[in-house]
Amino acid sequence: MIPGVTIYEILTVTSILFFIGVYGFITRKNLISILISVELILNASVINFVVINKYLYPDMLQGVIFSIFIIAVAAAETALAVSIIINLYRQISSVEVKDIETMKY
Amino acid sequence: MEKIIFYSLALIMIVFAIASVISRKMLRSVIYLLFVLAGIAGIYFLIDYNFLAAIQLTIYAGGIIVLIIFSVLLVHHIELELAIPKISKQIITVLGCLIGLGVFLVTIYGHEFNVIENNNTTTTAEIGTLLLSYETGGFILPFEVVSVLLLAAMIGAIVIAKGKKLIDKNDETI
Repeated sequence: MIPGVTIYEILTVTSILFFIGVYGFITRKNLISILISVELILNASVINFVVINKYLYPDMLQGVIFSIFIIAVAAAETALAVSIIINLYRQISSVEVKDIETMKY
Repeated sequence: MEKIIFYSLALIMIVFAIASVISRKMLRSVIYLLFVLAGIAGIYFLIDYNFLAAIQLTIYAGGIIVLIIFSVLLVHHIELELAIPKISKQIITVLGCLIGLGVFLVTIYGHEFNVIENNNTTTTAEIGTLLLSYETGGFILPFEVVSVLLLAAMIGAIVIAKGKKLIDKNDETI
């Protein structure tokens, strides 16, 4: 654990990061920007897993293992999202949310 | 000393996260995200999980950022500026986020965590042993499932991004 830093301060920082990500997810109109916001949200949750593991259950490693799995799933998700964005751009020449109706139904 | 490092890291992370969410240039917002991810790796170093910090630096800062930069360069006109959302929508979203943050903070500060003072160091060998152990509490099954998931994601990404041929060679009427 970090000397002199309580768990409350770290959880405050991660909550602020999470809600910055939520703000970007709602206000942005571009698919790539939305992807960036999702990365912020995922990272905030990963820090929570790691910090709670370190501060409350220092003898176990479950939080670390789960954060490794979260990172792996996030990498897969990003690769798929980028490929979908590129495919959409080839078809309709735009990555704005309002132009995309092909995948709606 | 650690306190100063933590506070400066937290400040850097929050400032760059806000910049990455409201910046109007696409490429700059990706680079700001890179700074946030590096700051998170710094926090992992501070709480003594060196393996996780290395993973964060290689996969996030090395892999995902490069993927996103590729997609920005491939699909976006760089000189184009992103549209600003309406002021009313911005205010409503900020209010909603602040209310949500308030609920989170009230819950966190109202809860009594029984923190265990410790100075344990985790070696990479322990993480590897736990990942591959098939006894109670081992993670061999999720490990294999994640490997299959990554393979499926890779094949799916190739198939989706390849798309259809835009012009058929045999069709000479076009």
